[in-house]
Amino acid sequence: MMERAFFIDYSRCIGCQSCVQACAECDTHRGTSMIHLETIERRDSVQTAPQICMHCEDPICAQVCPADAIKKTPDGVVQSSLKPRCIGCSNCVLSCPFGVPKYLSNIDQMMKCDMCYDRSSVGKKPMCATVCPSGALTFTTMEEIQRTRQGIPINSWKFGAEEVKTKVYVMVPREVTRVDVDLVQIRTTAPALPKDPYDVALMLEEIQ
Amino acid sequence: MARLPVDIPTLVKDFGPTLHRIPAGGWAHTIEDEKLVKTHCCFCGQQCGIQLRVHNNKIVGFEPWEDFPFNRGKLCPKGVKRYMQDEHPDRLKHPMQRVEGKGFEAISWDFALQRVSSEIRRIQDTYGKDAFAILTGASLTNEKAYLMGKFARVALQTANIDYNGRLCMVSAGAASKKVFGIDRSANPWSDIPKAKVILVAGANIAECAPITTDYIWQARENGAKLIILDPRMTPIARNADLFIPVRSGGDIGVFNGMLHVMIERGWIDRPFIDQHTVGFEQLAETVRKYTPEYAAKIAGVPPAMIVKAAELWGPAPTSFLMHSRGIEHHTKGVDNCIAAINLVVASGRIGREGCGYAMITGQGNGQGAREQGQKCDQLPGMRDIANPEHRRYIAGIWGVPEESIPQKGLSAIPLVEAIHDGKIKGLISICFNPAISLPDANFVREALEKLEFYVNIDFFLSDTARYADVVLAGSLMEEDEGTTTSVEGRVIRHRKVVAPPGEAREDWKILCDIADRLGHGDKFRYASPREIFEEMRIASKGGVSDYFGMSWERIEENNGLFWPCPEAGHPGTPRLYENGKFGHPDGKAHFIPIEWRPSAEMPDEEYPIILTTGRVVSQFLSGNQTRRIGSLVDQYSQPLCEIHPRLAEKLGIADGDFVKVESRRGNVVVRANLVKTIRPDTVFVPYHWPLDRSANNCTIRAIDPVSNIPEFKTCAVRVSKVNQPTDPIAMLEVQAGGIQ
Repeated sequence: MMERAFFIDYSRCIGCQSCVQACAECDTHRGTSMIHLETIERRDSVQTAPQICMHCEDPICAQVCPADAIKKTPDGVVQSSLKPRCIGCSNCVLSCPFGVPKYLSNIDQMMKCDMCYDRSSVGKKPMCATVCPSGALTFTTMEEIQRTRQGIPINSWKFGAEEVKTKVYVMVPREVTRVDVDLVQIRTTAPALPKDPYDVALMLEEIQ
Repeated sequence: MARLPVDIPTLVKDFGPTLHRIPAGGWAHTIEDEKLVKTHCCFCGQQCGIQLRVHNNKIVGFEPWEDFPFNRGKLCPKGVKRYMQDEHPDRLKHPMQRVEGKGFEAISWDFALQRVSSEIRRIQDTYGKDAFAILTGASLTNEKAYLMGKFARVALQTANIDYNGRLCMVSAGAASKKVFGIDRSANPWSDIPKAKVILVAGANIAECAPITTDYIWQARENGAKLIILDPRMTPIARNADLFIPVRSGGDIGVFNGMLHVMIERGWIDRPFIDQHTVGFEQLAETVRKYTPEYAAKIAGVPPAMIVKAAELWGPAPTSFLMHSRGIEHHTKGVDNCIAAINLVVASGRIGREGCGYAMITGQGNGQGAREQGQKCDQLPGMRDIANPEHRRYIAGIWGVPEESIPQKGLSAIPLVEAIHDGKIKGLISICFNPAISLPDANFVREALEKLEFYVNIDFFLSDTARYADVVLAGSLMEEDEGTTTSVEGRVIRHRKVVAPPGEAREDWKILCDIADRLGHGDKFRYASPREIFEEMRIASKGGVSDYFGMSWERIEENNGLFWPCPEAGHPGTPRLYENGKFGHPDGKAHFIPIEWRPSAEMPDEEYPIILTTGRVVSQFLSGNQTRRIGSLVDQYSQPLCEIHPRLAEKLGIADGDFVKVESRRGNVVVRANLVKTIRPDTVFVPYHWPLDRSANNCTIRAIDPVSNIPEFKTCAVRVSKVNQPTDPIAMLEVQAGGIQ
């Protein structure tokens, strides 16, 4: 089989939480979801965004782990902390630029999305990408995604001065080559955005 | 004596809804010796394929079924967690009867059936056959739906049977029948991604038909333009090319205005209209006055939006129009749908690849359950109960004299009104929770209390079952087998996964036993649902929804078969109306001119705001199943009133405040949710919750004259800030009607 990859398309997300509900059904951590859904700002918009682990090439969570408890598989999947090593310090939780690792106090251990390693290692798709009704989460080949989508997949991020490359791709408009997350950028680009693009009252104002 | 035997908090303590959070065997159960059963979701009309995990005759989880072509493994959160209704602590496991001051006590099946049959006899002997009524449901399999209709006409010989599809598909069905001649979505979903423009009217697809989202997004990847009509910016509206925030009840303004522009600019298919339709000239005459400015006043949106919609829809090479309850739940629900369908037929884009039309069925068997003869005016195969030829055919199948089949009875709302008036004295209901799902809920509860005898078949003690004299423990979808017909018109197989627990029984067996005790057992001798299917298949022969050529084997082999399938070996009919051949005897589509008219209740000085109601993604219909599943309740725990910040500011309401939404009929107290994604003249409250949290306390008991669908989507209310309620109902847990 052609190698498959994970693609996130935020523009497709409908906020249904199928991914979160289904994650909690995975056999290695049944009862606890390892992923979450961000509601951007419900007052202003219905935009939501699913957040799985992005599986960084050089994971910051592993870099900051004082117990060397976070390991990456040869195929690039960043695993949950190793139980015998994890000291529950939550450095990883604080350092992850995507807000992914979770410290579970009941087991005193960090657990996170491992892209359903139990499923993907035997040829199945991760659970969330199987059930997602909108295609916001998709596990498929690069060829298939390029053939069927208008946007392009990228996996380069910049958080302030920190450059990050991830195993997971996000779909972006064709002109974008890297996702830059920066406080300065938010301030400078905000005025270029239309004011309240989802305010129904403003849409109707023409008739008043 | 259909009154609550004890107070609500006591009933809730005994029968829930309680939240089920951990599957049978616990989270960490072994997966050895586990089997997977391929079946379908029990919830909405999409009927997604799903595999249930079974261990020791207990359902312990699910696994996606990626080979089923409709959803290819995709599921919404309700589908993911549906298995949590199995092994549920609230599950009814034996028949019960009401005990004043105590609640319900277990009784034997023999005693229960004896009591039910003798009460049916007593009421029918005293007040006449029609004084005993049946309310049934659209989440039943085809086999059960067929059996309900036959049970009414043969065992009870009552005219008064109707079903909760009356709250769902009847406006769309009537409109389709009038224009196209057939009541079914015209196309398989595989046509959606091939359309270059998609118009979605009054359908919150992301929350009510989530699987359809991917079909629409795929169309957009292929370059389609997307037009959405909704008073709220729903999740799919966020990415639409044109979002028209239409005033609830103003849709005809948009449709007629679009057609006006299309005619003016020559964006209609004249050769198609001439060859395959009748009535266009009258329609063109009617829409002549619907200039964008005139139409915009009706729709409550800027005229430019209507022009833009016509510009996107009119010249497109291919198109797909879909609608659901948003335009159907009106006293002009049928007219709304006809005005929409007129746009499809005038463009000539129907009956071809990538060109089509669909109504999105809401309930699990929303399509099939309206074909098998459990509507007040129908016999199996979508036959007309008033048509002598149709009556004779069905009488022959049933082995009864034609004259013994009752004539048309009352539809759901008039039926409940007849109970309130004391004309109907007895009721048997299954798969229907009118205490929550009907409009004007205070009136409905009053009506239930007037019944002399009420028997309810259900697997949980629903809000309505609390009023019953006798409750018969029935079966969940996965505890029985049969077929349903999905949103596409695809007939599919539901497999029996486990046996009903305890003394609970398959619904069809319960009905056959009651029929037997009423002296009609010879007409209800079935060894299995398959035998019911075989009879139903023959009963549908020659009807509109013809299943005659289907068998359970063929349905399974083909991942479902689309009706009509009139003979063995027929491939089924995924796409209707190919080559411009419509369902009317003249083979043509019939244009019908539509004039807008106001809703039954328009906002005024006293009640100045429009209330519209609907669903959230994590709950299903009256919540009898989904308000018992912990993780679904966690996702959206109690109804919220969506209100625009501008309106909220005028009313002195802040986000999270407790507000009373009040109509002339009743009120609901919920928390405010300030969102800019709703029209500032409209508020929205979802309807899945009971009692003081029921949006249907406010809605109006006004119905469409043709379809008899209630006007759930528009009534006039006022909204005010209140203190947190602390009465006994408010103190219940949220899934039971409490507030936090």
